Amino acid sequence: MLLIHCPYCEEARPEVEFVYGGEAHIARPVDPSTYSDEQWEEFLYIRSNPRGRHHERWRHTHGCGRFFNAVRDTVTDVFETTYKAGEARK
Amino acid sequence: MSGFRLADGGRIDRRTKRNFTFDGKAQWGYAGDSLASALLAQGQMLFGRSFKYHRPRGILGAGVEEPNALVTVDRGPGRRTPNLRAPSVALHDGLVATSQNRFPTLKTDLIAVNNVFSAFFPAGFYNKTFMWPRAAWEKVYEPIIRRLAGLGDSPTTRDPDHYDATYAHCETLVVGAGPAGIAAALEAAASGGRVILIDEQEEIGGGALSDPAQWAWLGEATAKLAAMDHVTILPRTTAIGHYHQNFVVAAERLTDHLSVDEAEGAREKLWRIRAGEVVLAMGAIERPLVFEGNDVPGVMLASAARTFALRYGVAVGRKVVVMAVHDSGWRDALALHKAGVNIAAIVDLRRDIAPELVEAAREARIACHPGYAVTAVAGSQAVKGATIALAGVGKVQKLDCDAVLMAGGWTPTVHLWSHAKGSLRWDDNWGAFLPDKTHENLRCVGACAGAWDFGKGLAGGLLPAPKPLHESKAFVDFQNDVKARDIGLAVQEGFRSIEHIKRYTTNGMATDQGKTSNLNGLQIASGVLHRPVTEIGLTTFRPPYTPQSFGAILGHHKEALFQPLRKTVIDDWAEAQGAVYENVAQWRRARYFPKGSEDMDAAVARECRTVRSAVGVFDASTLGKIEVVGPDAAEFLNRMYTNPWKSLEPGRCRYGLLLGEHGFIIDDGVSARLAPDRFHLTTTTGGAARVLNMMEDYLQTEWSDLDVWLTSTTEQWAVIAVQGPKARRVIEPLVEGIDLSPEAFPHMSVREGKICGVDTRLFRVSFTGELGFEVNVPAEHGRMVWEAIWAEGEKHGAAAYGTETMHVLRAEKGFIIVGQDTDGTVTPDDAGLGWAVGKKKPDFVGKRSLARPDIVAPGRKQLVGLLTDDPQLVLEEGAQIVADPNQPVPMTMIGHVTSSYHSATLGRSIAMALVAGGRDRMGETLHIPMPDRTISAKVVTPMFYDAEGSRLNG
Repeated sequence: MLLIHCPYCEEARPEVEFVYGGEAHIARPVDPSTYSDEQWEEFLYIRSNPRGRHHERWRHTHGCGRFFNAVRDTVTDVFETTYKAGEARK
Repeated sequence: MSGFRLADGGRIDRRTKRNFTFDGKAQWGYAGDSLASALLAQGQMLFGRSFKYHRPRGILGAGVEEPNALVTVDRGPGRRTPNLRAPSVALHDGLVATSQNRFPTLKTDLIAVNNVFSAFFPAGFYNKTFMWPRAAWEKVYEPIIRRLAGLGDSPTTRDPDHYDATYAHCETLVVGAGPAGIAAALEAAASGGRVILIDEQEEIGGGALSDPAQWAWLGEATAKLAAMDHVTILPRTTAIGHYHQNFVVAAERLTDHLSVDEAEGAREKLWRIRAGEVVLAMGAIERPLVFEGNDVPGVMLASAARTFALRYGVAVGRKVVVMAVHDSGWRDALALHKAGVNIAAIVDLRRDIAPELVEAAREARIACHPGYAVTAVAGSQAVKGATIALAGVGKVQKLDCDAVLMAGGWTPTVHLWSHAKGSLRWDDNWGAFLPDKTHENLRCVGACAGAWDFGKGLAGGLLPAPKPLHESKAFVDFQNDVKARDIGLAVQEGFRSIEHIKRYTTNGMATDQGKTSNLNGLQIASGVLHRPVTEIGLTTFRPPYTPQSFGAILGHHKEALFQPLRKTVIDDWAEAQGAVYENVAQWRRARYFPKGSEDMDAAVARECRTVRSAVGVFDASTLGKIEVVGPDAAEFLNRMYTNPWKSLEPGRCRYGLLLGEHGFIIDDGVSARLAPDRFHLTTTTGGAARVLNMMEDYLQTEWSDLDVWLTSTTEQWAVIAVQGPKARRVIEPLVEGIDLSPEAFPHMSVREGKICGVDTRLFRVSFTGELGFEVNVPAEHGRMVWEAIWAEGEKHGAAAYGTETMHVLRAEKGFIIVGQDTDGTVTPDDAGLGWAVGKKKPDFVGKRSLARPDIVAPGRKQLVGLLTDDPQLVLEEGAQIVADPNQPVPMTMIGHVTSSYHSATLGRSIAMALVAGGRDRMGETLHIPMPDRTISAKVVTPMFYDAEGSRLNG
């Protein structure tokens, strides 16, 4: 079971308190109607799926309830860092 | 009958006898014996029949690696455990053990005829032999194979035991309590941190238990550890897996070593341990050698014979031959000789053997045959002799013996290291993989780290033989009956990766997970392919390390504690009324309230008629509820839902439709605006948590500029739906401060006031098509208000109704249930809910997707009504629909039935269905093929009752 550091609670807590939220830093367009079908497809479905560093979202559902971002290595599952939503990509 | 109890020696208590039975026959041993050692001491060499060929098999190892001697232990009804390894079963009084996979008895197994035809059971035989005729697989081949090939039988009754579970934390966790593990634990304990030392055996000591010279040290070290408060020693505990960040799961066996009468409390305990540092001291497992006859009972690992003699005081034979390619075989032979076991000869494929070993053997007057290999073993149920040949192919010699010990070198136990994604490196001296690098705070010590002196030896267990490989009957995987020639065949048939060879031959796929066969299989494949082992790879180790009971993994989470059961505050009342329940998500909901001898159909018909003709009362408390508060609440909902919300006046309700960004319906519900900055949202019963999570997601990460607060209030409100033409009359006497007149309180509005003296949010809404109210009161008053409404209702002939009636009534009106009439691929337009999409809204979640090419393409499945030609036939929900019932199979399916009921009100069946181009098919007859007949039905608008909605006004 992973130990995940919640940047809001400032504590490492067990994985069961968290819910995974998919790839991070995929912002919803301010006006989706300006997006072409290809751009919208890209936004909806295309994900980077890297081997190695992955920026992803987690929610401390059974804790503070906040969404935050993390950098996790998809090979080792080691968390490099976690940071608050809205902060720049790390 | 060749094994026997030595006159002295061992850690057994010779003053305490233990009586037990094996295959119904009375046997005895001593306290401290394992089932294997006790039976060996009685001369039992035959322990089981092999998986595929039913070949007679004996003991191979003395530990958890044992592949052959699998037994079933019966501790009473529901307490029968199959596939236990006899060397790991502690002996206790009254133990009832039986052998497995034999018919009718171990000695005369009729199915062993397989063995005669074994040429027909090569690698991949399942795939090749039973392909044709296809239909015969299910009816003929599979049942036969299942009878022939098999392990023990699972118990058929409920497990009456309970299982404990705990979390533990420590600075240092040591897995394996042999000399290296004990040393690591002592070292860690000296620094003052919490230490947990776990070991799978009956007592700690590991390899030292088979070495009397270490017993004094072992006793002192154990006492020292036991005396320290910050050290926890857990024997009979197997670390079954290492997970992220040094999270180790271990199962402690609490009662299986005790007689049934002595056993008290939980049977096993699952330890979930988070450790700062994990030290793996799991030792190494000796490798068998691969030669003709290596599976005859009495052929076993040298290390096992040593353990039986020195730990249990049992000689495995009277004339023992050692076949070694490794120094440790010589050391074991000498130790056995010293313990009083007659070593007839040491055979070693090598010629350059350490002079001190040769000298010691000579002093012990043991015949040595350097450069020789065993090429055949005489006997079928026990060893009666062995043939050796120079270099396996030259000069032949026969040896008189009743046991053959194999010393093929050692395989470090790197399983948990691999669970932790630690990398491995090939070591030529060991002829095995050793731990290399890891990112965890994890290290290996002792034999599993390659840091143990077993001496030197050859890498590679396949002995040279006079027969070519494809004629050899030398076994690699004993438990799955895989021979060296099967691996040769797999390579010949084009398999190159060890992962493929493993699956094709099933080498290493039995319950022992290849503890004694993986490396031999790998090296044989390497030899046949003429490529180094490192290019062929190693199969992945996965938890559990040894087979684990489901009981311990489940722990307390079974039966009533399997998952939380959510009950409303009205649940007790329903139970007292004899409600029949169904589970909806985690909620227990009353499904119907049978009266007298009514079945479900009769009860539902009565409840439906009562609601339509008088009034019904329904517990809707499970509805998901979210309080949305803040200056931007309306703006937020406007962005989330398809409908316009900003224009909704306080005191009014709106049906909200929630899409995912992909444009498909994911939830719906009626919501009310209580004040400009306050909404009372409802969601589906199952969708509440999901919807709140989604809303929080948008609020926190996309629209953090909005000033809105979301609070789950599902369990704060009890909701009582009062539905039917007399609904107003039922609640009227109970309500204060709310004008219930149709003019003052129209359909789809909300009022705050009092009912039965407590605060209420009173909704005038209807999921039945009748005049209806939903009374929301604080949950603590729910039961009281329900009873008051019920008492009032009874004066008007009310019925309490359940979810089944709720479903029928809403289907009569064509109201959808998200998740039943939609399946995650249904857009608002598909569901006929286009009216709920705000056309003028610039954006909402999912709007852009509604313009995607395949969403606007013609021919999408649309929700329609179906009326069967035979009005009494109720379609099966989920049944497929075709346009032409006479087309050849496989037919083109154009949709499926989503909801289907008998409607008492209409006196006929009704159904809803998703049908391709459904709204263009109005009036068409479609067909629903069922196993026994094809049902025809007409496509209609999904609105079966009161299309004009006049009944909403009572």
